[in-house]
This record gives sequence, structure tokens and C-alpha cells, in this order.
Amino acid sequence: MSKPKMDHATASEAFNKDENYVDWHDETLWFVRQKRDKASKVLPEWEALREAGSQIKHYVLSHLDELLIQFEKNAQQNGVRVHWASDADEHNAIVLDLLRKHQITQMVKSKSMLTEECHMNEYLAANGIEVIDTDLGERIVQLREEPPSHIVLPAIHLKKKDIGDLFHTHLGTEAGATDPQYLTEAARQHLRDKFVTRRAALTGVNFAVAETGGFVVATNEGNADMGAHLADIHIACMGFEKIIPKQEHLGVFLRLLARSATGQPITTYSSHFKTPRPGQEMHMVILDNNRSVQLGRPDFRNSLKCIRCGACMNTCPVYRRSGGHSYHNAVAGPIGSILAPNLDMTKNADLPFASTLCGSCSNVCPVKIDIHDQLYKWRQVLAQQGHVPKAKQMGIKAMSVVLSQPRFYQWSGRIGRTLMRSVPFMVNNGLNPWFKQREMPEPPQESFRDWYVRNRQD
Amino acid sequence: MQALNRVKVGLFIPCYVDQFYPRVGIASLELLEKLGCQVVFPTTQTCCGQPMANSGFENMTGACNQLFLDSFSDCDYVVSPSGSCILHLKEHMKVAGKENQSKILRAKVFELVEFLTDILKIKEIKSEFPYRVGLHQGCHGQRGLLLAQMSELNAPAYSKPLGLLRKVKGLELVDLDRADECCGFGGTFCVSEEAISVKMGKDRVADHIRNGAEFITGSDMSCLMHLEGILRRRESKVKVIHIAEILNGSYITAPALS
Repeated sequence: MSKPKMDHATASEAFNKDENYVDWHDETLWFVRQKRDKASKVLPEWEALREAGSQIKHYVLSHLDELLIQFEKNAQQNGVRVHWASDADEHNAIVLDLLRKHQITQMVKSKSMLTEECHMNEYLAANGIEVIDTDLGERIVQLREEPPSHIVLPAIHLKKKDIGDLFHTHLGTEAGATDPQYLTEAARQHLRDKFVTRRAALTGVNFAVAETGGFVVATNEGNADMGAHLADIHIACMGFEKIIPKQEHLGVFLRLLARSATGQPITTYSSHFKTPRPGQEMHMVILDNNRSVQLGRPDFRNSLKCIRCGACMNTCPVYRRSGGHSYHNAVAGPIGSILAPNLDMTKNADLPFASTLCGSCSNVCPVKIDIHDQLYKWRQVLAQQGHVPKAKQMGIKAMSVVLSQPRFYQWSGRIGRTLMRSVPFMVNNGLNPWFKQREMPEPPQESFRDWYVRNRQD
Repeated sequence: MQALNRVKVGLFIPCYVDQFYPRVGIASLELLEKLGCQVVFPTTQTCCGQPMANSGFENMTGACNQLFLDSFSDCDYVVSPSGSCILHLKEHMKVAGKENQSKILRAKVFELVEFLTDILKIKEIKSEFPYRVGLHQGCHGQRGLLLAQMSELNAPAYSKPLGLLRKVKGLELVDLDRADECCGFGGTFCVSEEAISVKMGKDRVADHIRNGAEFITGSDMSCLMHLEGILRRRESKVKVIHIAEILNGSYITAPALS
């Protein structure tokens, strides 16, 4: 696949043109991180919960074959039809086929990052199907014709005024209105009409329980329920890693999910689906899309433990200042940066480098994915496979040659410092990215080594 | 303390500290000597290899690893005033064919604050620093070497660097709004992601200034070099100072803070 239009660094530079806006974006997400801190710190057993979540997922990843078959069997017994998709194209074709069989051309959809990953909306639109996203944030970005910038808070990059202007254009609200209650009410009325008239509803899946064949969808707006309960056909889509062994494990994951995501003790709706109501069809599409490849990479398989809470984004000092769109991938932020190269190394080679490796992501992760270590390991893989720009590779090579020989290193250091003192323009210029907004360190006459030899060895 | 006269401490001075901040190397050396250690600085050392490895080229760090092993294998401890370099060595320093020797050496490697706190277990510091100081907690020291509790975790608070700074006479610690947010240096990240790196640095600096710091200290000079670059560009009076300089009392020629 081709390179993205803008790599992370270029998109970040563009995002940073308006510093006040960046400050607002950073503070908004930091506020969510702080809510997560408060919610997790009132539970004395928090760290044990994370460990339990991580271990259960560990079990899942090493028993996926059994668990998926068990789930399929139980779901079928419950009256759910199960479909298997090996990639995004197959997934989209399955959904389209189901809609065509029922002569349905309009569908409501609650939040599903999986369908973003598959670019399903675009595919269905090209095939004459209108999809209305019913999550408020998702609907907002859909009206703006842009992807979500965050997996839990899709429109977090927008201010109240942006929403007011958007709704004025599309929903006929008063010009200049910014009152959240007024705007939300307008969206509610707009969506209610869609809910009542659509015969098909697609939902995501947070957890699918192997022992019962049921699945759980967590929302704060009840839009998944509203869509699924009113529709003749409910299509639920999930990546195969969403499976958990037992119903009782929900007690661990539902507590971890909402606290990590938004600092709530639990999402407003944790909806359990198991059997279609009389006359309704319920379908489950289970997707691979390279997940089995990731499962086969020992260094990266743990990334499949992710429960999509978004905590790593909220805590990431880079994400907060670069925005979700800079990651040019359905899942942004630290977790997106370790998932994306598995989907397409050429397109996403920049993402593992969009990090300082500070490690905060791994610490907030409710299933203890070693995110920052995986970022480091992806860098090695990408460099080995030739996905690092040639100029950078040559620079690193030159550096390693200098540092390989103590005398050459000393000599280079002395020459470099002398030049910096005598002709500072050699480094203090527009070609040096350090110097653009920072002063260079003041080069001393003497290195530590020179001082040491003079003072301790003579 | 007596026993320490017989232990040999190898001082590892990161390449950029050697070249740009010799005063930090001198402070580390003098401090360890004052505390009774027999300190050597093998001049065959160069770099920990992290700049290559973090850029994806760990395969180019073989020579650095070999130099490190040759320089320090006969030391009882290796100490360095840089959490980031030490973390890299602890996690990745390995010479092919000398795996066991590498493993033994990795276990002897300590960051300065860690060494003072956990090995020397120093009770008092004869140093005075009558200024308001903000601690910049480097991420690799904190989240990698566990020099301080991490704000993300539900676990009891502690801080090895703050423990040392509290022993310094006259030093007033400044509380920050975000105690452990990354400064944005990040190795080659500082130039490859220049916009974000600088914005992160500006925000860190602003936190210290807002809370009244006259000095920003830390145990990682790389973070401080980045923050200093930003402070100097804006002609701020706030200065950076490595924790070794404070503990060694070597900031006697403090320029007047007019």
C-alpha cells in the first residue's frame, strides 16, 4: 500500500500551528486521564484487577481456537448466525450481502472501530447503502466527513463552536448556538427518526463470552440497544480477540474498561445480547484481518489483549499534542502505533517512532500490554525490513562508526565543539531541526575526558 | 563506608555529557570520591548505544557494547549520571559470545541516584543550595529504573531523587502540576518529531516556571539539555542543573540571579 498523505511528524507540525488549540486539546485529554486516575485509585484492588485482566487475556490468546469454536457452537444454539471473515473485504462483503438479502438500503450503526478498520462505511456507500452512525461523537465526525480522532471519544478534537456550526448546517439548529444540551437534543431528535425507520442495525462487540455464546456491548448513550432492538436484523462485528472464556470474567473487564476509558465506575449501558427476539435475525461477523499474523509474532501478540479503552491515548504526551488524525490509522495513539504496522508496514512505518518511549501508556493499560517495549521492538523490525528513510539510516550508521572508536570519537568531539565555538552558524541554522526552537548547548573548551586525564591521570 | 574504599566504581559518562556537560561528569566523580568510593573513568568508553538502538538499529550497537564490556568488566559497580543510558544498558547491553559476562556486568550497572540511595544508602549530604528547585523526573529513570513511584499506578508514593534533594540545606522543592510528564526529548525524536518535542518541552518548562522554580534539576542530562535549549531561546532566568551538581555542592559559582 502507499504512504499516507502526511506522516505523523508532518501532521503534528500542522496540528501545532495553533498553540492555544493544542493547549486546549492537551488539557481536555489530561482531564480524562485525571478522571481515570481518581477512579482507579479508589479501588484498593486496582493493580490486581489489571493483572487478572491481563492473565485472562493471556489465556484467551493461547486458547483462541477452542474458545472461538465454543463460542460459535453456543451462539448458533442461541439462534445467532456466525460468519467468518479473513480480511476487511470479506467482512464488508458479508455485511453487504446480508443487507441485500433483505433489500435494505439504510442502516444504523453504533460505535465499531472494527468497521473503521475495514473502511466499511465507504464500501457500503459505494454500493448504495446509507449508514448512519448513532453514537453522538461518531455522528459528528461522520457529518464532517472525517474519521474519528479517538476510539472512545471520536470528536474530542472538536470544540463546542465547531459542533454548533456543523449542526446549524446539517440539522438546522440556530446559528451560533453552542449550548451542549441544546445541540445534543437536536442530535437526539435527528437520530430518533433514523432509529425508528431503519430495519438493520450494526453494533460492535466489547466482549463475546465463549461459554454462553452471548456478547456485551458497552455504550454511554444506549444507542446500540436502541438500534438493535428496533431493527429486523442485528449484525454484530468483532475482531476474533474479543472473546473471553466465561461470563464471570465480565466482572473483571467491565470494571476495568469504563474506569480506564473515562473514569466512570461502569458504562451507562452494558448491554448483553444472546438470542434474537422472535422474528429478528442476529448475525455475528468474526474478523481476522491479519490478527492471526500478529498472534504469530511473539514480541507483538500481547497487543491483541487490547480492550479498546483509549487510556493510552489520554495519557500519551504525544497524542495529546498531535491529535488522533496524525496517526492516519483507525486506532490512533500508542496502541494504534503497535497495531498499525501489522496491517501495513509501508504505510505505518512512521508510527512506532511517534513516541518518546516514556512508558506511561504501559502503566495505564488495563490489561498490562507492554506498549512502549513493543514500540521499541517495532522500530527494530521496521529498520531491518528497510522501512526507515535512507538519510536517517546513513546518519545513524555514521554515528555508530564514530562511537565505535574511542580515539575517533574524541577527535570528532573536539573538532565539533571547536567548530561550534568558532563558526556557530554551522549548527545554528535553519537546517538543524534542534535549533529551530531551541538553543544548542554551549560547547565547552574541554570534554570531561580531557579534564579527567589532566586532573586524575597525570 | 569503610568497605567502599575497597570497591572499584567505574564511572560511565554518556557521550553528550562528556562533550557538552563536563561539569556534570566532574560533579559525579567528586561526589562519589567524597563518599569514599574508589572511582575510575576508563577512557576507552564512548556511548551506551541507545541513539542507534532507539532509532531501530540495535544491530549497529555491537562496537559500543564491546567497548563497554572491555572498559568496565573489572569494576565492582558501574555508575552513571543518566537514567536513560543506564536503562538501555540494563536492558540491551550484550556482547555476542560473551553472554554470561554481559549478564554479570548488566547487574552491576547503576544510575547515580539509585547507587547513592540503594547501595551507598547515604544518610546525609553536606551540600547547600538555597534556591527554589523543581525536579524533572526523567521517564526512563522513573518508569524504567523505578527511581520514583509512577502517577499512573495505584501504589504507595516514594521518590529516590526527592529523598536526596530533601537532605540538601536550604533547598526548597517546588510542586508541579504534572509530576511525571515526559519532557519530549526522546533521543532522535527531538529532531524527527521536532514540533511535538518542542511543544512538550515548552509545557514542562511552563509548569516549573508557573510554580516558581529558579532551577530545574533531574538525573538525566538529556532531558535537561532539551529544556535548557528552550529556556535559553526564551532568555529565561531559570536554569537547569544536574542533581549531581547540587549534591556535590559544586554550584558555588552560581551566577547572581538578578
